[in-house]
Amino acid sequence: MLALIAGVALLPLALANNYHYEIAILVGLNAIVCVGLNLLIGYAGQISLGHAGFFGIGAYGSAILTARYGWPPLAALVAASAAAAALAFAVGRPILRLRGHYLAMATLGLGIIISIVVATEDRYTGGPDGMSVPPLALAGFTLAGERAWYWLVGALLVATVWLSLNLIESPVGRALRALHGSEVAAEVSGIDSARHKLLAFALSAAIAALAGALTAHYAGFITPGKVTFLHSIELVVMVVFGGMASTFGAVVGAAVLTALPQLLTVFKEYEMVVFGSVMMLTMIFMPRGLVPTIAALAARRRKAP
Amino acid sequence: MSAQLAQFLLSGLTVGAIYALVALGFCIIYNASHVINFAQGEFVMIGGMAAASFLGAGLPLPLAALAAVALAALIGMALVKFAVEPARGASVVTLIIITIGAAILLRGLASIVWDKRIHALPAFSGEQPIEIAGATLAPQSLWVIGVTALIVAALWWFFNRTLTGKAILAVSHNRLAAQLMGISVRRVLLVSFGLSAALGALAGILIAPITFTSWDVGVMLGLKGFAAAILGGMGSGPGAVLGGLTLGLLESLGAGYISSAYKDAIAFIIILVVLVLMPGGLLGGRATERV
Repeated sequence: MLALIAGVALLPLALANNYHYEIAILVGLNAIVCVGLNLLIGYAGQISLGHAGFFGIGAYGSAILTARYGWPPLAALVAASAAAAALAFAVGRPILRLRGHYLAMATLGLGIIISIVVATEDRYTGGPDGMSVPPLALAGFTLAGERAWYWLVGALLVATVWLSLNLIESPVGRALRALHGSEVAAEVSGIDSARHKLLAFALSAAIAALAGALTAHYAGFITPGKVTFLHSIELVVMVVFGGMASTFGAVVGAAVLTALPQLLTVFKEYEMVVFGSVMMLTMIFMPRGLVPTIAALAARRRKAP
Repeated sequence: MSAQLAQFLLSGLTVGAIYALVALGFCIIYNASHVINFAQGEFVMIGGMAAASFLGAGLPLPLAALAAVALAALIGMALVKFAVEPARGASVVTLIIITIGAAILLRGLASIVWDKRIHALPAFSGEQPIEIAGATLAPQSLWVIGVTALIVAALWWFFNRTLTGKAILAVSHNRLAAQLMGISVRRVLLVSFGLSAALGALAGILIAPITFTSWDVGVMLGLKGFAAAILGGMGSGPGAVLGGLTLGLLESLGAGYISSAYKDAIAFIIILVVLVLMPGGLLGGRATERV
């Protein structure tokens, strides 16, 4: 935790220009989504291939409320996140009874339905062309500039990680880990598994929506590309890549996979080839993900004389 | 039966047959390894693109199609050899992420080896439409439906009547017991990935004259194939075919009668409802879990 705070606080020393800040902000926003998603995938053991849908509800919800209805951005942001959580709550009850690949399919379908609605209802969303979003402002003070955004996103990331770490150590977190191990055993010991799964699902949806809304306000423009099935997959890949059931793993996974494509632009048309290869090789040689594998290595070295 | 309805049913069956082929590919790999192969759609793309480029190089159509299927099968086997096997012992989720990486890699390679333009194959036997019950049917649709029916019959024979097919089934039921009986799991994996890739490529070649092909068609077709496999009940061969045809019909009827912009959404809403009511898919058995 202290390492993360120090990292967020010291990173600006290494950021030379606005472009670096921009990447850092995008990393932070993705990391926030992944920390939330990790609660669901890594701890509760429930897969979701539809989180880009919740991200999109946050982004478009906040964008539409501010741009079309003149809401203050902060209220719109909260309302959009609440809407995502409410939807997750309503849909989660029936679909979280599904297991494994069937749950993956159901969440995937949910995400796709949301993305189709976003792309089709162009009166509200601007359709495939996207729509512009007003900047974040509170009581006449407008948040502008890469630096201000960096500190906001950094603080939120620290808060999300803190929330996640505390939740995992709480009775709720223990219940989540128990039902990941064995749902039947958890139920036998008195854990209401449906309620806990639903809680993790709704919480991760709300966090994704919050990050989505912030992304929209930060970029000032939003297109349906951020709501697609591919983005959902990307988010899951970040969580697994960094290491499932590791909060810092989610942060590292988001950081590596967000920054890597930016670095790989030097390869031009070979970008996808290199990106795919890096992903495959990492998972082949570090099947448990970056952070747990490196942590295990470090522990072994410490034990050796 | 109104001509309009007949038209929707025919086009639904054509697309559905393609989804069924892709779904069968998902199914075979799932049975052998419990992995959802997210690169399955890329095999469909490779089939169409490779056939188009072999045809462009002067090969006659049947040879070009054969070469494209063989190429995809080789790539499928390479995927096992160099990606799935070295990661032996990794969790299923890790293996799935590896296949996602492979899909990105293959898509990237395709955009370099070929290009980012849209390609088409000529229809196998002319463009002269056939009239059935007032609806028009392109001859290519007959090819799609006919070849799919043939493949389904051949697969049934393969899995029930040949030793290799039975070995694959044995591994899917109990890997350890199969191994103890002297079945080489490595070979089973190799055959199933090769077979799935070939099926995907065939689907890609069959559909290319109707919907065209490009380096990124694999994403959507793979997604629909996965949906079809799940709808039918993951791992069930007849389920995959039923799921594929159902999905195709849902889409075409939804597009025809309700809204073409929302045709995919309609299909996915119905899949959600089916899953909530039948958590194991249409033909998935009632699962019992050992504790």
